[in-house]
Amino acid sequence: MPTKKLPVGILGGKCKVLIQENKIMPNTYELVCGLEIHAELKTASKMFCGCKNDPFHAPQPNTYTCPVCLGMPGALPVANKKAIEWTIKLGLALGCKINLFSKFDRKHYFYPDLPKSYQISQYDIPFCYDGVVETSEGPVRITRIHLEEDTGKLLHRSVNGAEVSLIDFNRSSVPLIEIVSEPDIKTASQAKEYAKKLRQIIRYLDIADCDMEQGGMRLEANTSLRVVGEQGLPKYKVEVKNINSFRFLEQAIEFEMQRQAKLLDAGESIPQETRGYNATEGKTFSQRAKEDAADYRYFPDPDLPPIRFTQAQIDGFTADLPELPAAKAARWGREYQIEARFAEPLTAEKDEAAVFETLFSQAQTQKLDCNKLASSVYNKRITWPTAESIEKTLMEFAAQFKTDTVDTSQLEQAVEKVLAENPDVIEKFKAGNMQVLGFMMGQTMRQLGGIKPDPQLVRETIGKILKTK
Amino acid sequence: MTTQITLQQVQHVAQLANIPISDIQAQNFVGAFEETLGVIENLKEVDTSKIEPTHQVTGLENVMREDVVDEQHMFSQAEALANAKRTSSGYFVVPRILDND
Repeated sequence: MPTKKLPVGILGGKCKVLIQENKIMPNTYELVCGLEIHAELKTASKMFCGCKNDPFHAPQPNTYTCPVCLGMPGALPVANKKAIEWTIKLGLALGCKINLFSKFDRKHYFYPDLPKSYQISQYDIPFCYDGVVETSEGPVRITRIHLEEDTGKLLHRSVNGAEVSLIDFNRSSVPLIEIVSEPDIKTASQAKEYAKKLRQIIRYLDIADCDMEQGGMRLEANTSLRVVGEQGLPKYKVEVKNINSFRFLEQAIEFEMQRQAKLLDAGESIPQETRGYNATEGKTFSQRAKEDAADYRYFPDPDLPPIRFTQAQIDGFTADLPELPAAKAARWGREYQIEARFAEPLTAEKDEAAVFETLFSQAQTQKLDCNKLASSVYNKRITWPTAESIEKTLMEFAAQFKTDTVDTSQLEQAVEKVLAENPDVIEKFKAGNMQVLGFMMGQTMRQLGGIKPDPQLVRETIGKILKTK
Repeated sequence: MTTQITLQQVQHVAQLANIPISDIQAQNFVGAFEETLGVIENLKEVDTSKIEPTHQVTGLENVMREDVVDEQHMFSQAEALANAKRTSSGYFVVPRILDND
């Protein structure tokens, strides 16, 4: 038997995979994926000291530092109240439960961007836990959200011929939230949607810019494959880091699904490891094996007394939450009769949504069709509304869709004139050719010049006149 | 009763502390660690049944600061770099570390 033609019956579904190996995901496996997302909070000052928190706009390296964020002996960190409150607000926006009692812990490891040789983080009592983000492919549960400090930034350069690493501590101790999801994500597109929704909610709360290119928001995907029908988590987990766009997140997960499926098909076991993503090549690459499981020796930071909130304070934060995108889209449906397919994309950005809200509210006052307006805006068939151009957009829309009142006799005159110019129309109409109605509509409208009457009225008038002939 | 320490445990601790030690030193630390732990064992004689577990001694809670920039305590670039062994163009300089994080 020729080796290239595998007997389909024997290998069943898997045969398909081997032959079409460039066709990606075999049906026999499903993705098991959870995301860890970091975002830098945009407080004015850093997490544990009063240094300026603006690492991306600092004029020079190492200009926003002090003894605390440089890890000098004897320096005393004091927690930034606003950063803690914002973390809790995000938790509430994601339906999390809040630990009324919480604390900061030291996480120990050596790396040149970490001046104290430990990072202040939260270990066993994060501020928030048990939340959820809804996606079109199902809910993704949030395991926890904790608050920690960012590290300094490393640059790898050659200085006087020597390969060195340069350190800038402007970013050291900038407040950083980490949002950990359950492994509920089943596809690469769902991972992307989840991450985008999180960014959207964070921006709505106005607590972080989430600039992906600068590293203000960082994505990590824990991926593994499970044979369809099997329960429980796979025995291995591959962590993909260095992903700085939503598109790359999707691509990196898709790449991992193919790579892992091939290994599993070949009967190989997949090592537990950390991989990076090379966007140019569209591939992940091994960074380090995880077998020397990190031993961070967490313990409560004795410099930072624990934090205790009352339920009344938490209720206060809940009351302060702004209207979130999903709630806004639903309200637009109720108040302005705007369909979800327009309302959802148009509520995506908070500032834009505020402009649209004014637009729709004014349109409603003017008795314009808000859903049609939303459609025009979404499909960019109209001047993009900004705070300054709302009037212009409304006028344009009105010109496109609003009908002018027209004098009946004026309309009848116009129809008669078209008929006089096109005598064959009457014959055709009597012969049952209904296509002439469309011709009559167009010609009558043209006769009326700039006036835009209700098309229904024009159609009725034409019909009425034709019947008298 | 002394706790048994293995050579592997000593090497693991040394690795975590980022302190390179020779095999001979590691071997010596086995005994030293056991001796130290033996001394600490003495603490077991103290009756702690009525003591509340705690991880801090100040008894304080909710010590926080308002989100205000405190320019007064911020270093200039020169001050920040003053104690560094090596600097370049306003950066701290260290031997090249693999960019794997």
